[in-house]
Amino acid sequence: MNRATLDLWVGIFVAIGLGSLLFLALKVGNLSLSSSGEMYQLQAKFDNIGGLKVRGAVKSAGVVVGRVSQIQLDPEAFVAVVTMHINSTYKFPKDTFATINTSGLLGEQYIGFEVGGDTQMLKDGDVVKKTQSAVVLEKLISQFMFSKAGEDAGGGKK
Amino acid sequence: MADTPKPKSNKNSKKAGSGKPIPSNRRVSHAGRMAHVSSKAPAIGKIVQLLTGFGHSLTEFLWSLGFAARFFLAVLLHSGMALRRFQLTIRELYFTGVLSIIIILVSGLFVGMVLGLQGYETLQRYGSSEALGVLVALSLVRELGPVVAALLFASRAGSAITAEIGLMKATEQLSAMEMMAVNPIARVVAPRFWAGVISMPLLAALFSAMGIFGGYLVGVVLIGVDVGSFWSQMQASVDFREDIVNGVIKSFVFGIIISWIAVFEGYDSDPTAEGVSRATTNTVVTSSLSVLAADFILTALMFRGA
Repeated sequence: MNRATLDLWVGIFVAIGLGSLLFLALKVGNLSLSSSGEMYQLQAKFDNIGGLKVRGAVKSAGVVVGRVSQIQLDPEAFVAVVTMHINSTYKFPKDTFATINTSGLLGEQYIGFEVGGDTQMLKDGDVVKKTQSAVVLEKLISQFMFSKAGEDAGGGKK
Repeated sequence: MADTPKPKSNKNSKKAGSGKPIPSNRRVSHAGRMAHVSSKAPAIGKIVQLLTGFGHSLTEFLWSLGFAARFFLAVLLHSGMALRRFQLTIRELYFTGVLSIIIILVSGLFVGMVLGLQGYETLQRYGSSEALGVLVALSLVRELGPVVAALLFASRAGSAITAEIGLMKATEQLSAMEMMAVNPIARVVAPRFWAGVISMPLLAALFSAMGIFGGYLVGVVLIGVDVGSFWSQMQASVDFREDIVNGVIKSFVFGIIISWIAVFEGYDSDPTAEGVSRATTNTVVTSSLSVLAADFILTALMFRGA
């Protein structure tokens, strides 16, 4: 095989190798979305974050508007401090309500923003005041059991 | 290489000499119920024999490990020519990379299709068959792409490299080069090494991409999982830095390991037909095992916690 055809084949090989790497990056890893746009930082404190993870989504009305960047425990108040990076094209009012929701029955947990009516907007570094913790299934079940047991005891006395 | 077999054969003959009286001793003690002294002696002899055998194979292993490390350094030091006269490396890239494309493409496609079928089978029990894209993409990009491509690469290209260099050594082409003041490590070994290192990540990426396409074919076209959720869930949970870059790093490390073992085994082989065949087998076995072991270590380092 002469030199030119050899070069051509190796060129094709490198091209499709890099092409598939590009495919993985853009189509599978969705690189353009994760790194594009400017972000601003918000914090929120939760009593319980359940199964929320770093890189979890922050959604408003179901639309992904940012990502969870850091989760820490406040050593004095013993609450979870969640730091989020929000896309700066989206602004939220000061009285936005942050809740931890679950997508689907067994899906991942994400932070949902329910927008309030305040005219002032949240700025970089602000703390979301109103939050609601994750629903822990065990607590829910035990509450239900206790209330059921209470009902039964009340019914027996009657 | 020429020094070590000699002490080995000497030790063997000594061992055989000391070992011969042992069975006869035992037979005597068994028949006549001799004193305990004579029944202890064969046990000690056997232990000594075991220990010498173990120690010998250990020194042999350490010796070849040291030689391999020295050889690796030599290849790195003499790779200037392979990079300056890149035509040499391009020729090897053709043999290791281009000719491996077909096997990588076909096996990637089938691995992806099997993943699609099996993943759907399991996921639909939990009513989450839309997560098929995530399953296929994550398992390919993180693990299967680099590892299976590396195993295929070791058996397809690594064995060929070993056989080629081993045969060059057996037919004294390497010595002839040295005679002409051409360094065989720079001229023969380094281009093959670098060709392997360059082509491995590209082949692994090709394998993963093809596998995802295979999963798409089976999942979306054949079974009928929703196209939108297949891709969007995949894009939501595959991270560029965490998953794709780590996969590329893995395949790069595997490329270094396989190429290193392949050129070393070829260079170290006995210059006989039997020696070359043994070296080729060694390349495939050793590099497959090292790839799997290295994969465990890399996975433990990369995906710990999170």
